[in-house]
Amino acid sequence: MSAASPPIARISSRRRRTDQAARALLGAGTVVAVIPLVLVLYYLLKKGLPAWSIDFFTTDPTGKFFGDPGGIKSALLGTIEIVGLATLIAGPIGIGVAIYLTEYGRDSRFASAVRYFIDVMTGVPSIVFGLFIYITLVVTKVGGSGFAGWKGAIALALLALPIVTRSAEVVLELVPDSLREAALALGAPRWRVIMRVVLPAAAPGILTGVLLAVARAAGETAPLLFTATIVKASTFDLQAPMNSLPAQIFADVGQAQDRLVERAWGAALALVMLILIFTVLSRLLAGRSRLR
Amino acid sequence: MSSKPIDSMPLLRTSTVIPPAHKEMSDPKPKPRRAGRQVELDDVHAFYGATEAVRGVNLDFPANEVTAIIGPSGCGKSTLVRCVNRMHEEIAGARVEGRVLLDGFDVYAAEADPVAVRAAIGMVFQKPNPFPTMSVYENVAAGLKLTGRRGRDLNGRVEKALKGASLWDEVKDRLSKPGAALSGGQQQRLCIARAIAVEPEVILMDEPCSALDPQATLRIEELIDELKDSYTIAIVTHNMQQAARVADRTAFMLSGELVEVAPTEKIFTNPSDKRTEDYVTGRFG
Repeated sequence: MSAASPPIARISSRRRRTDQAARALLGAGTVVAVIPLVLVLYYLLKKGLPAWSIDFFTTDPTGKFFGDPGGIKSALLGTIEIVGLATLIAGPIGIGVAIYLTEYGRDSRFASAVRYFIDVMTGVPSIVFGLFIYITLVVTKVGGSGFAGWKGAIALALLALPIVTRSAEVVLELVPDSLREAALALGAPRWRVIMRVVLPAAAPGILTGVLLAVARAAGETAPLLFTATIVKASTFDLQAPMNSLPAQIFADVGQAQDRLVERAWGAALALVMLILIFTVLSRLLAGRSRLR
Repeated sequence: MSSKPIDSMPLLRTSTVIPPAHKEMSDPKPKPRRAGRQVELDDVHAFYGATEAVRGVNLDFPANEVTAIIGPSGCGKSTLVRCVNRMHEEIAGARVEGRVLLDGFDVYAAEADPVAVRAAIGMVFQKPNPFPTMSVYENVAAGLKLTGRRGRDLNGRVEKALKGASLWDEVKDRLSKPGAALSGGQQQRLCIARAIAVEPEVILMDEPCSALDPQATLRIEELIDELKDSYTIAIVTHNMQQAARVADRTAFMLSGELVEVAPTEKIFTNPSDKRTEDYVTGRFG
C-alpha cells in the first residue's frame, strides 16, 4: 500500500464548504420559523397572565364600558359547551364516513367522489360555514329562536368534519390488511372485524385526529359570530344565544378601554391553555395504547 | 370417506402424544381421531381484474391428509387456496369461477354464507398475524368471540386450542402478555391455535413457515403432522423439502395450471410430467 494514494478519496474542501453552508441555511430557517411562535407565547403570557384571577374565571362579563368589566365565565363555559356538542356531532359522523371509505367504499366511484368533496370542504373558509348556518338555521329561526348555541356547534362540526374524516381515514388505512384477513378468515362477519379488530388498532390515532379537529374548531371565531353570537350571561340552554372565548376576544380587543383589551389577552391565554390541555390529553391517551 | 356427524366425533385429544406418522405406503391408515371433510376443486378459475391467475384447476384435498401445493412464485398456488375459503374475493376486482365442494356442498352456492364458509375452512397466513391489541389469551378467544359463539368454558377451549397448537406449555404463564410479544414461531403457532379454536373442518396454510427460522419451521411441521389427525390440511409451500416432509400428496402448479398431483413420494421420485421433474430436480423455479 503506497502512502501516496489512499484507498478512499478525501472529501474535497469545496464539498465541505457547501455542506456547511447548507446546514447553516437550514438551521437559520428553523430559527426564523420558531421566532414568531415563541413571541406569540411570550406576549400571551406577559399580557394575559396579569388579567387572570379567580374572579376572572368565575364572573360573567358585565358589559360595562366604565367600571368593572367582569370576567370570562360565560365565554369559557360557552366554548366548552359548543365545542363539546360539535365534537359529539362531527366525531361519530366523521369516523363513520372514514370507516365507509376504507372498509366498504374503497376505490368505488362514489367513495372517490366523497373523498374529493371532503378535500374541498377542508379548504372552505370557516366564515362560509358560519354564513351557511346563518342562512339555513338562524334567519329561518329553526327551533324557535334565531341565534343559538347548538347552531354554533353545528357550524363548528361542519368545519371539523372533513378534518376528522381525513385523519381517521389515514389511520384506518394504516391498519395492516393482514389483520383484517386474519379476522375474516376466522369466519368473523365484517362488522365484527371492524368493531373488534380494526377500530381498536386504530383507536389512538383516530382519537388524536378528533382532538386535533376539536382544537382547531375551538379557536374559530367567524362561524360563531353569526350563529351563537356574543352575549354576557352564562347559559346551559343550547337553544339560547351563547358566548364563546373567540367571540369574546373579538368583541373586547377592539374596544378603546384598556381593561377590556386586557380581558381579551386573558381570554386568549385561557383559549390557548384549553387547547393545550386537549392536546396533552390526546397524547397521553394515544401513548397508553398497546399498538406498538 | 365416512360422513358421520362431526359433533359426535371426539375432538382433538391433546392429552395423548401422537407419534409422528411414518410414511409407509403399504401400512393401512390408522383411523383418524376426528373425521375431517374432503375438499374438491372443480374447474376453478380465479381472476384479478382481467388477469387469470388460476386457469381451471381440478384438485381434491382428501380428508385427514396433508396436501402440499408447490410451484414457482406467481404460479397461482396462494390464489388457489384463497379460493377455497372465499378469501380471494376480498381483494378489489378479484373473482372466482368454478365450484369448490366441501363434502359435496358448494361453498360458492348462492345460499352459502362466506362468513360460515370461512368458519368451516380456517386459514394460516404467510406472516404470523396475531391481533396486536390483544393478549395471547384474547387472540385465541378472538376466534370464538369474533364468530359470535363464545359459548361456555371459554378458558377450557382456549387451553385446548393452545395445547392443540403445542404452544400451551410455553405461554401458560403469560396468557395476558400481548400476542405480538411472542417469538415469530410462537406467533405462528398462536395463529394456528386461533384457527383451530373455532374448530374448522379444513385448515389452509399459505406458506406458514416462510417467515420462520429452521427450528420454528420444524415445530410447525411436527404440528401439521399431529393436526391432520383431526383436520384436512392443504399447505402451500415454496420449500420442496417441506412438502416432502409433511405432505401425503403433492400438487405441482405452473402458470395457473395444475400440472400433476400424486402421492408425495411419486412426485419427488418418479413424476409423470417432464415439467414436474424439471422443477423438483431444480432445473428451474
